[in-house]
Amino acid sequence: MEITQQDVEKVAQLARLAVSAAEKETFAKQLTQILAHVDTLNQYDTTGIEPTATVMGQVNVFREDFVCPSLSSEKALANAPEREADGFVVPKILEER
Amino acid sequence: MSLQKLSLVELHKKFKAGEVTATEIARAYFLRISQVEPKVKAFVTQAKEAALAQAEALDRKLKAWRKTNPLTGMPLAIKDNICTEGVLTTCSSRMLQNFVPPYDATVIAKLRAQEYMLLGKTNLDEFAMGSSTENSAFGPSRNPWNLHCVPGGSSGGSAAAVAAEECVAALGSDTGGSIRQPAAFCGVVGLKPTYGLVSRYGLVAFASSLDQIGPITRDVADAAFLLQAIAGHDPMDSTSVDRPVPDYMKALQKRDLRALKIGVPVEFFTEGVDPDVEQAVRAAIEELRHLGAEVKEIRLPSTDAAVAVYYVIATAEASSNLARFDGVKFGFRAKETKDLLEFYMKTRQEGFGPEVKRRIMLGTYVLSAGYYDAYYGKAQAVRTLVCQDFVTAFKEVDLIVTPATPTPAFKLGEKSEDPLQMYLSDIFTISVNLAGLPAIALPCGFSKTGLPIGLQLIGRAFEEETLLRAAHAYEQSTHWRLKKPMLR
Repeated sequence: MEITQQDVEKVAQLARLAVSAAEKETFAKQLTQILAHVDTLNQYDTTGIEPTATVMGQVNVFREDFVCPSLSSEKALANAPEREADGFVVPKILEER
Repeated sequence: MSLQKLSLVELHKKFKAGEVTATEIARAYFLRISQVEPKVKAFVTQAKEAALAQAEALDRKLKAWRKTNPLTGMPLAIKDNICTEGVLTTCSSRMLQNFVPPYDATVIAKLRAQEYMLLGKTNLDEFAMGSSTENSAFGPSRNPWNLHCVPGGSSGGSAAAVAAEECVAALGSDTGGSIRQPAAFCGVVGLKPTYGLVSRYGLVAFASSLDQIGPITRDVADAAFLLQAIAGHDPMDSTSVDRPVPDYMKALQKRDLRALKIGVPVEFFTEGVDPDVEQAVRAAIEELRHLGAEVKEIRLPSTDAAVAVYYVIATAEASSNLARFDGVKFGFRAKETKDLLEFYMKTRQEGFGPEVKRRIMLGTYVLSAGYYDAYYGKAQAVRTLVCQDFVTAFKEVDLIVTPATPTPAFKLGEKSEDPLQMYLSDIFTISVNLAGLPAIALPCGFSKTGLPIGLQLIGRAFEEETLLRAAHAYEQSTHWRLKKPMLR
């Protein structure tokens, strides 16, 4: 299947990834090529075959809920691109009236 | 004999006996690094000051009471996608260029508890996505056997550092061959453990159902020695498996391979395989037979599907895992954006390199409404077929032997413009990850152009002992490991 530049734009929006005009063109070409290879999977008959998500067969792994040491707020904030007091600075989300 | 010529097991014995100090080890290795690193470029970060200070403290402490762990004072290099508290962990990405983890990965905590010595963090393809280290935001590493060739990837820095004797051993991670392919290209040993044997906590996630940390070493005994230190259940990784860890060094003692059945899959010897590689691997199979193993032809009919299955499942998981890089709490943040949406989109555009973007795009596409069943669902079903091939094969044989890669190391730039060709170079390593099995790559010869060739052995889940035993027996009956790169 052919991936168009419009498809690339839509997927990029879903992935929260800005793409330049040049990237749109390259990705459209490359994704078309890669998906053509992926289409070879249709040769394999998978009627009635269960999908594999993980190999070791674990389902839910539970543990006791207990208090244990965790990161201090100072350590958690140490890599913040922008901080103010004990918080991360982010762009405003709500619109002003 | 200079210190950096010794294997991990040899260096440990010498250190334990008090014949060498930690400071001598640190100095010898940083001297070696200063000599060859300008050519090899294996490291993203070197930890010289910290290592020398730690070595001095260690020597003082041991003077009072000489009690050592297996890895005390052992100089290791760690792939730069494994979190080391207080030491930069970049994933070779602009996104994490300044990221200093506030915690250790479980494997690092284990090494630290044994007082290992961290020499530095090694280069990789950005976020472990690639087969050559050419996708590193900081430039590629070089193959010590030929500086015009790639060291392989994504753990190319770790493999190059081991081959160039810039560390005694290293850790890498393997999602589709990222330990075994660079080990093969650099003429060293690389072990991908069974999925669930080694904790992934603190390994920056690429494809969670496939990723596994493992050793890259000079020889098979070193791989067993290092695996011993990192294996075991971890409550912090819910996919790690709770079972006793065997004594891997003890497993090496039995050299005789009689009673072992080894399968040779016909699908791995096709026209795409380089003639030098085929010849070396066929000779290695003869040697395994000579050592007593019963060799028989087997079939793994879904082999051709592995690359396609992998590039759907791995990219789908990656697109989800890499959603966390949003510029809010850590990592790169784009400047001067007008609203939240643009903030996310520009941060990710400027922070990620082209291959990471390509995989996020592909992964998002195969998971998107309308395509999920056709791509992701189909790939998961064919993954089941790949797993079933191995189940069937392992009813007949104990191990499977294949080439680790279809060709020896390729030239820098040779495949970097063609993603599909790059992906297809992983054809022999990928199915192992899809099935969660353990596999080892080790040297089995050289091409006419003087590049190393790697043999791959694949075992049943959690049967690392058998895998290591056979690899060790083969290694000890050959002399490939003794040849070292000239670094010219």
